[in-house]
Amino acid sequence: MDMSQYLDLFIDESKEHLQTINERLLELEKTPEDMSVVNDIFRSAHTLKGMSATMGFEDLANLTHQMENVLDGIRNRRLSVTPELLDVIFEAVDHLETMISSIAAGGDGTCDVRGTIELLKQIEQGEMPNKQAAREEPPLEHAYGEFEYHVLEQAMEQGFSVYEILVRLRDDCLLKAARVYMVFEQLNEVGEIVKATPPVEMLEEEQFDREFLVTVVSKAPADELQKRLMSISEIDDVKVSRLSSDGPPSESEKAAASQQPAAMEQAAAVQAEAEAPEKQTVKQATKTIRVNIERLDRLMNLFEELVVDRGRLEQISRELNHAELTETVERMSRISSDLQTIILNMRMVPVETVFNRFPRMVRQLARELGKKVRLDIIGADTELDRTVIDEIGDPLVHLIRNALDHGIEAPDVRAGRGKPEEGIIQLRAYHSGNHVFIEIEDDGAGISREKVLQKAKSRGIVSPQAAEHLNDQQIYELIFAPGFSTAEKVSDISGRGVGLDVVKSTIESLGGTVSVDSQPGKGSLFSIQLPLTLSIISVLLVQIVEETYAIPLSSIIETALVKKEEIFSAHNQPVIDFRGKIVPLVRLKDVFAVPGAADDGDVMAVVIVRKGEKLAALAVDSFIGQQEVVLKSLGNYLSSVFAISGATILGDGRVALIIDCNALVK
Amino acid sequence: MTASVQADWKVIAFRLKDEEYALPVQHVRSIEKMQPITRVPGTAHYVKGVINLRGVVTPIIDLRERFGFAPEPYGEQTRIIIAALEDMEVGLIVDAANDVLDLPTESIEPPPEAIGSVEASYIDGVAKVENRLLILLDLAKVLDR
Repeated sequence: MDMSQYLDLFIDESKEHLQTINERLLELEKTPEDMSVVNDIFRSAHTLKGMSATMGFEDLANLTHQMENVLDGIRNRRLSVTPELLDVIFEAVDHLETMISSIAAGGDGTCDVRGTIELLKQIEQGEMPNKQAAREEPPLEHAYGEFEYHVLEQAMEQGFSVYEILVRLRDDCLLKAARVYMVFEQLNEVGEIVKATPPVEMLEEEQFDREFLVTVVSKAPADELQKRLMSISEIDDVKVSRLSSDGPPSESEKAAASQQPAAMEQAAAVQAEAEAPEKQTVKQATKTIRVNIERLDRLMNLFEELVVDRGRLEQISRELNHAELTETVERMSRISSDLQTIILNMRMVPVETVFNRFPRMVRQLARELGKKVRLDIIGADTELDRTVIDEIGDPLVHLIRNALDHGIEAPDVRAGRGKPEEGIIQLRAYHSGNHVFIEIEDDGAGISREKVLQKAKSRGIVSPQAAEHLNDQQIYELIFAPGFSTAEKVSDISGRGVGLDVVKSTIESLGGTVSVDSQPGKGSLFSIQLPLTLSIISVLLVQIVEETYAIPLSSIIETALVKKEEIFSAHNQPVIDFRGKIVPLVRLKDVFAVPGAADDGDVMAVVIVRKGEKLAALAVDSFIGQQEVVLKSLGNYLSSVFAISGATILGDGRVALIIDCNALVK
Repeated sequence: MTASVQADWKVIAFRLKDEEYALPVQHVRSIEKMQPITRVPGTAHYVKGVINLRGVVTPIIDLRERFGFAPEPYGEQTRIIIAALEDMEVGLIVDAANDVLDLPTESIEPPPEAIGSVEASYIDGVAKVENRLLILLDLAKVLDR
């Protein structure tokens, strides 16, 4: 059977599992005692092992298998979590990632993992010499809960027999889920399935090796069940054992399927503990399909036209005032706005998908470099267009490596400079106006102006004459010049033959810019500004005379109604008292010179907005409501309009301008 | 700027005040009827605002005002010519647009010292076709801020 059709799915799911493993491992490092974390890792590793074995990627399966053993040791508290142990596991995960990438790129996913496997084995044995080799294939046993136990007991009282059936599929069985289904169907014809191990959901998702155990209540004799099941193809072996009420069947009983009355309580008590966590093992990974972005673009454009027509229809139906028409149009409007939400969100991906690989990377680099570094991530839920997400990873890796290698100093140096030993790298993402900003700030040594100048001159990037006239900012920007590298010795971290010029060109190819600022001794800040080619933001629509404007919800603190007599004047600037704070009042009517401006009424609607710590109250005529909108640029002709960051198309097809609050808060 | 030598110039002819102007078809994306325009504050007086052109927010220039003519109320004949130059796309409001013409190269002459009411700098040339006089606009100059 051709497995290639499952390959994409396999790759996607493997990546998801690897991500889970990565995340959870980092958590484990912080909380080594948390067994639920170990369980999560174990589950992901286990699934990965099963999938890769099914797909025939042996190196992958062997490595995950060995990893699983170590994890199991942790789970059973035979091994303790040490940084060294995690290093080896991380190394294994690295190999797994390499192999998956190789498979995704059309390779065969083979990789020499013997070294890592050997290390894992040593860990497993070194720390815990009398490990039970059989652990990898634990005997399947059923543990019955109290309720199940009662059901079985009742069934037996009513003359039914209870069987535990161990089914083993053939090694080369391809459609395991299908066989499981057939087994279940056969059994359902003659009885009722009470329990399955692994649970049914896992069986359906092929999350088991070769064996599974089912408990069946039936009036049919054991050999009939046996016969029925053996008639299904690709089944290697079926062991039917009749369960008596006095305990788990012994080996001989299994063979003979004999009959003995007694209680099963003991078995239940012993085994329930071991099996209980398995009940929650239903896979959490999301299911995905891949869609070409061009298709999404076309869908988006078509939909926007639909929205315009919808607006017209709504207007016509209002004018005609025909009940049935109005009703139909209203329905259509509701459906299409749901559709709108879905389409708008489809292309957006939280930047988290890029950021979440960095904690690992920073940890590892910090250990290699012997530095103490903490990575703070802020705004990981900021959404970015998928195309940008795909491209932004490498430049960020480079900048973070840079911050670690050149920015953060060694702990003793830091101590000597009166800084805490642990350096901090902050990775921030946020929306602002027409752009998404991603910033990487470190509290390290900063950029040495002199060294940069010297290097730039020696490399012929800048002439000595020109260098005289450069300000600090311009000098820092020199590090983005092609052929520039400030590392005094080429290290493994950032000296990889690609310079910051590559970072710059990648970001520029996305229509963004990158800049750097630095304070010697205090640290550096790399700021990447990316355009929102297609970005959705939540806005508050407000009305000013006849015009509609949109204010991004992200800048809004709250809305309020202010009475005329509550407006004061300070230094000729109207201000209001907002919760004890004096906040300047900005009349948008005046700022935007809205024609036909009437007098302010007795009560004024204001939107309190924020830029950093500073506030401003924007006076409007009325609030229309909150809406999710697609942020659009005003086009190249109108590249910079004061206090307007872009535009959006409203449901009626009209354009509303989006206010850039940053420009209005002074 | 001189007109490139081509066998024929295909142009969109449009009316502004009582004169006829022309833009090469390769600069023209479409011709639209008048539609609601959203004013953009803080822009030049001849920038009327932006429209939603099938999902693309497009700035609109009133050519009358761009050239310093007296503004007229828009009527049934008023059109927006969507013109593109390099990476810019703008709409130009004109009094009427209804002709696609082939201009033989020999009919095109360099702009005279003073022609019509438009400053000579916006003009790429003039063309005489039968008894019509067409003023060829230099789009780059029109869009220059």
